[in-house]
Amino acid sequence: MAERREMRPEKIRCDACPVLCYIADGMSGACDRYANHAGELVRLDPLTIIETAEAKGVKAVPFMKGAEWDGDILATSRPVITAIGAGTTYPDYKPAPFIVSQPIDGVDMVTVVTEGIFSYCGVKVKIDTDRHIGDERAIVRVDGEPIGHVMTSEYGSKMLSLGGVEHLTGGSKAEGRVTCDALLRLCNCEAVEMTIDDGVTLVVQAGKAPIINGETERLMRVGCGSAAIGMFAAQWVGHVDEVVVVDDHITGVLSEHQAGKMLDVPPTGIRVKGRRSTPGRYFQVAEPGTGWGGTNITDPLTILRETDAKVAWPGLRLFMVSTTGEQFGYYELDDALRPVEKPAPEAVRLSAERIAENCEPSVCSVLFMGGAGGSLRAGVTENPVRLTQSVKAALARVTCGGAEAYVWPGGGITVMADVLGMPTNAFGYVPTPALVAPIEFTMTMKDYAALGGHMKSVRPIDSVMTDAVRRVGRKP
Amino acid sequence: MTGPVAALLDGGLRLHLQHGPIDLIIGADPAPGGSRQQAFEAAADRFGTILDELVAELPLLRCAVGPSSPRPAGAIAQRMDAAVRRLPTCFVTPMAAVAGAVADAVLAAMLAAVPLGRAYVNNGGDIALHLAPGQVFTLAMAGLDQGELGRIAVASADRIGGIATSGQGGRSLSLGIAGSVTVLAADAATADAAATLVANAVDLPDHPGIRRIPARVRQPDSDLGDRPVVTHVGPLTSGEIHAALRAGAVLAEDYRAAGLIAGAALSLRGTTLVVGSAGQIEIRKVEHA
Repeated sequence: MAERREMRPEKIRCDACPVLCYIADGMSGACDRYANHAGELVRLDPLTIIETAEAKGVKAVPFMKGAEWDGDILATSRPVITAIGAGTTYPDYKPAPFIVSQPIDGVDMVTVVTEGIFSYCGVKVKIDTDRHIGDERAIVRVDGEPIGHVMTSEYGSKMLSLGGVEHLTGGSKAEGRVTCDALLRLCNCEAVEMTIDDGVTLVVQAGKAPIINGETERLMRVGCGSAAIGMFAAQWVGHVDEVVVVDDHITGVLSEHQAGKMLDVPPTGIRVKGRRSTPGRYFQVAEPGTGWGGTNITDPLTILRETDAKVAWPGLRLFMVSTTGEQFGYYELDDALRPVEKPAPEAVRLSAERIAENCEPSVCSVLFMGGAGGSLRAGVTENPVRLTQSVKAALARVTCGGAEAYVWPGGGITVMADVLGMPTNAFGYVPTPALVAPIEFTMTMKDYAALGGHMKSVRPIDSVMTDAVRRVGRKP
Repeated sequence: MTGPVAALLDGGLRLHLQHGPIDLIIGADPAPGGSRQQAFEAAADRFGTILDELVAELPLLRCAVGPSSPRPAGAIAQRMDAAVRRLPTCFVTPMAAVAGAVADAVLAAMLAAVPLGRAYVNNGGDIALHLAPGQVFTLAMAGLDQGELGRIAVASADRIGGIATSGQGGRSLSLGIAGSVTVLAADAATADAAATLVANAVDLPDHPGIRRIPARVRQPDSDLGDRPVVTHVGPLTSGEIHAALRAGAVLAEDYRAAGLIAGAALSLRGTTLVVGSAGQIEIRKVEHA
C-alpha cells in the first residue's frame, strides 16, 4: 500500500503521560498534543505568548513556576497570544481550540487562536543578490523534486515562489512531501539547499545571507551601475578620468553619464559593449552570471570595446568597479591606448570601500503566504464569511504567530507574513501534505459577538496563561 | 511526565479537566442544597487517578473481548468491559467504551457528592448526562461540513444517561466510513461502544474509492491492530450512501430492539438516518455552502 511505504520507520515512545504512546513519524499520540517529528518528540499544544514589552533577545523562554515570572505578565505588558501550539480542530465545527479574551483599554478584546492547516500555502523568497541565479520561470528543486520557480528580479534581489498547492498536492507524492518539508524548514528559519534548473545551487535561510554556488553573498548592491555613477561621481572627479560601474542590469559610464556631464568630465573614448539605453547607461554588457555585478565576467576589461583613438590619450586613468564595490580594478592607458592594470591610488581604493559601505548586507527574506479557508474560519465563527468581511473592514486584525500579516485584497483571507517575526518552530505539518501555521484574529468582543463568534468558548486570558505556556520575547 | 490539570471556563460555569489524552468539559447546575463548587471539586478529585487506573490495565483493555477473555480489575475498566460485552459483534475491545466510561465515572462522583439538577461530562463528544426529574437537555449535532445536522432533545423521563458520537470526524480511528454516528443510551459507556460499532458498520466493503491502511501504521499501539482503518473516502453516489447507512442502521436497530440503546442518528455526506428515539432526534435539512 502506498501509504505504508511513505511511512518512515522511526517510532518513538512518548513519555509525556502515563499512556506512553508509541508514535510513528509524522503522527501524533492519542492525545493529539505530542507528535513525532522526524524522530523527535514535539509538543503541539502549549500556547506561545509573545511579550509586547520591549524584551530583548528572541529566544524562547520557558515559563517556569517561580517568583520572577509568577503573575507579572499582565502587569508589565499586554502579551499577544499566538496560535502556536494552540492545536487545531478538524473538522472545524468545534470552536477553535483557544478563544482568548483580554481587556484592552476597557474594551474586551478577543483573540481567536488557532493553527490552520494550509493546503493552499507557500513562501515567497527574496534573495538580495545581483548574481544570476537562473532564468525567470526556471524550476527550483530540492532533492531533485520541483518545489517552485524563479520569479521576477526585483531591486537588488531575485525572487522565488516556492510551494503552493500544485506542488503540495498536485504532483507526485514525493514532490508533495519534499515541498512540504522544504516549506516547513524555510518557515522555521532553517537552511534549505536548492538547485535551479540551468542555474545555481542555492542555500536559503530566512535572515541569513544566501549561499550561491558555495559562496556566501555579502552585500546587496548600492544601486544599479547608473545609480552608482550618480551617487559617487563627485568623489571620483579629479582622481580618475573615467569610471565604469559594471552591472548586469545597467552598466554606467561616468564621462557619458548625465552626472559626469554636469561635472564637466570630458569624453574619454572608453567604449563598453552592450546596448546603449540612454547616455552613459548600457544594457547587456555581458551574460548574467555570478561574477562582477551579476554578470558572468571576472575580467572587467572583456566588456570594453577598442578605445576610440581620436578621443583617448595615453595615461588616461580608468577605474572599473562592481555595484557592490567588492570588485574593482584601476588601469592606465599605455601608448597604444591599451588599459594596463596599476595599483589603485588611495582615493580610488577608498571610493570602492565607500560603495561597499553603502551596500546593505545581503539577506534572504521568507514570507509565508497562505489562505484561510472556510473550515479554518468556521473555528472562529459560526458564520465563516463574516470573519472575512470583518477582516476586510479592518475590524479584525490578522497576525501569524504574532507577526503582522498583510491581508490580500479580494476574496478569502489570503495573508503574507515574515517568518522572522514569529517565534521559533512556529510551523508544523500534517501528512496531507500541508503546513500547519499559526493564525490569530483579534477584534473587540462586541465585533466578535456581531460576527457570530463562539462566545461561549471565550476564555479569560488568565485561564490560558498556565505554566505550560511558552513565553517568548517579541522580536525587535 | 505531566499530571492532570484543571481549569475553570466561562468564569467558573464550566470545568475543564485534562490528563494525557483525556479532555473533559463539565457542566453542573446544582439542585437546592448543593453547589457547583462542590460538584467540581468532586469531579477533579475523582479525575486525579483515572488515567493511572486505566494505564495499569492498558494491555488487557486493548485485547478483543470474547466469552473466555479475562476481566479487568479497575472500576472504570470493568464498566468498559461490561459495556462492550453487552453488544453483540464479531470484534471489539474495551477501548471502544473508554471515553464514555470515564465520563460516567466522573459524573457519578459528582452526583455522589452533591444533589444536581442537570449535569454533564463531555469527554470529546462522548457525554455522560444527568437530568433530575422534569429537566431537559438539548444538544446540537454538527456535521463534518460544519453545518448543523439537527437537534437532540432529551428529557429526564427518557432515561438517557449517555450520548456518544463516533465516525470519521473523531480522533479515534474507524473501520467504517460514517461521517458521524450519534447514539443515545442509558449510560455513556454503552453509548460510546455502540456508536463505535455502528460507525464501523457504516461501510461499503471493497469500494474502490475508500482508502484504508492497517491501524498499526497510523497508531502503532492501536487496539485495532492490523485491521484496515479508513483514511479517505472518495466520491459516493446517493445509492452508495444509502447502502452504507443502511448497513449501520441494521446493527443499530438490532441494538435498539434488544434494549441496549435508545436510538441513533447515522450521517454520511449530508444524508442522515434515524433509528428509534422518535421525537428526541430532530434532523434538520442542512444547507450546503
